[in-house]
Amino acid sequence: MTTPAKTIIQFENVTKRFGKMIAVDDVSLSINEGEFFALLGPSGCGKTTLLRMLAGFETPSAGRILIDGEDISRIPPNRRPVNMVFQSYAVFPHMTVADNVAYGLTIEKVAAPERARRVEEALALVKLDGLGGRKPDQLSGGQRQRVALARALIKRPRVLLLDEPLSALDAKLREQMRSELAQLQDKVGITFLIVTHDQDEALAMASRCAVMNRGLLQQVATPGDLYEFPNSRFVADFIGSVNMFEGRLLVDEHDRAVIETSELPTKVYLDHGVTGAHASTVWVALRPEKIELHKRGQGTPPPDLEDAPANHNLAAGVIRQITYLGSESVYDVEVTGGRTLRALRSNLTRRDQEDFVCDEPVWLAWHACSPAVLLS
Amino acid sequence: MTGLAKQRREEPGPLEYLRRWPIRTWLVLVTIFLYAPLITLMAFSFNDSKRNIVWRGFTLKYYAQTFADSDLITAFGNSLTIAMVSTIASVILGAFTALLLWRFRFPFKPALEGALALPIVVPEICMGVAMLVFFTEIMPWPTDLIWPLNLGAIIISHISFSFSFVAIVIRGRLASFNRELEEAAKDLGAGEWRVFRDILIPHMGPGLLAGALLAFTLSLDDFVITFFTSGPDTSTFPVKVYSMVRFSVTPEVNAASTILIVLTVALTAVALRVSGGQVALAEAEGR
Repeated sequence: MTTPAKTIIQFENVTKRFGKMIAVDDVSLSINEGEFFALLGPSGCGKTTLLRMLAGFETPSAGRILIDGEDISRIPPNRRPVNMVFQSYAVFPHMTVADNVAYGLTIEKVAAPERARRVEEALALVKLDGLGGRKPDQLSGGQRQRVALARALIKRPRVLLLDEPLSALDAKLREQMRSELAQLQDKVGITFLIVTHDQDEALAMASRCAVMNRGLLQQVATPGDLYEFPNSRFVADFIGSVNMFEGRLLVDEHDRAVIETSELPTKVYLDHGVTGAHASTVWVALRPEKIELHKRGQGTPPPDLEDAPANHNLAAGVIRQITYLGSESVYDVEVTGGRTLRALRSNLTRRDQEDFVCDEPVWLAWHACSPAVLLS
Repeated sequence: MTGLAKQRREEPGPLEYLRRWPIRTWLVLVTIFLYAPLITLMAFSFNDSKRNIVWRGFTLKYYAQTFADSDLITAFGNSLTIAMVSTIASVILGAFTALLLWRFRFPFKPALEGALALPIVVPEICMGVAMLVFFTEIMPWPTDLIWPLNLGAIIISHISFSFSFVAIVIRGRLASFNRELEEAAKDLGAGEWRVFRDILIPHMGPGLLAGALLAFTLSLDDFVITFFTSGPDTSTFPVKVYSMVRFSVTPEVNAASTILIVLTVALTAVALRVSGGQVALAEAEGR
């Protein structure tokens, strides 16, 4: 970890057109050695096409793809130093598990004893020891995926590509595989590039994510930065859930900013400056868990926000719906003016869920550092 | 005892069709009309009577006569030879045609696909006449060749109609192929040939077998097209049987037919048994 990160994959202005449709639009992206990198986006955003271009199943219409500094755009898939775990796992149905895992080595003409040893190693790595003699139709979905993993890892690729690896598993298994994949990557030290439409998956496993939309790269950042510092409305909305308002920048100084929005009865105060022209249109993104709920009974004064001036970051409303999720509750609050805001509250004690009831008047409050301001 | 009796009187369940009388009647009728003629044929091959009308007692002498009839044996040998050669040829041709249609895009592909079905939809009699014209006017097949070259015309015409059946069967099989299997093999280092040998052929397996079985039986019992393409000195089993029946249905014909039936049934059973594993595999894959 002390050595500086070395670039292993480089996409240089890669574009892919299918007829008139642009699947990948001028994407430039670097992935470092040892990273667990996620390509995230809704279906049809071009993430799978990008992966398939790296594997060699599609050729870029423009641009270059480099692995270790070498342009591989024209090299056929069977001669690239990458291996892939397919969405359908693509385990060869007529071969045993061991033959499946050994397939890559058989083609490389690795001698039988070494092959057997490495197959055993690979099967142990994915916890399939002893199942080498089985046929794929005798395995569960999760086991078949492990076969696909072992089969790809046994070739010791420079990069392991995973195409929606968890989408076919049930919820419990998915969670388990998530942490197992992360551990596996730690153990083998190979760069993982995963494609997924599931933001939880990407946030949980990846060290860095790229969010794509309609062929364009939207943002490349760590999971934490993607969630807390999205750079566009698309990213803010795609990752997690968010309350979004359109507003106008009233004040923009180096240590504070004020945004006025017709959707809220309050002005939004920020404790940092926003680089936007004065009076320009901006968007405020506020995550539900960053909104506090306070009682608003008769005679109860509004809660004191020490980090924002009066009449800022404070909205009166009425709870319209409560969704109890066990560990937390989601409150849909209608604020003065008609807009509904979503607030999330952890149930820290066993009685917390009883604090608020439906149709109860409440104050919504948030800190000056909580909202993200988006310029596009 | 009473419990059992009670159970018997119970109404059949919603899906127990076999316990309803209309279905039962229908089943019985189907069985009678489907199998009674065949069983009669087989039974009368053991009938000790020159005429095929009344039962006179059991005998095997017509089987002995059949095996002694050198013309019939020759015709039978011809039929088997033609069937085998045309099966091998049409499986190879059909498989590659199916692969071509499945894999590539090219001009006039729909036209070619349509033309592939022609031998199936064109009335056999027209195919027969067409073959006759072809082999007399366009490419006369010499009649004085040594065996089995003298069967060339028949073999070619058999291939020309059975390969399209094979191609269609294999095409259907290929439609269920998961392209990711091919990509996975390539990803692991396989070139085109290895993909074909290691992945595609095993997948086509059941289709190849079904196609071969189809081609073999089609060729073995084809009468119309063979009748038009066989020369004066070459004959196949169905053609020979037809010429025997023109005079009268002798027990000898019954015996020969019985042998053919038993042979085909046995062959089909073996083929199904061999393919059993592969069919199960295909099902597992389709899951």
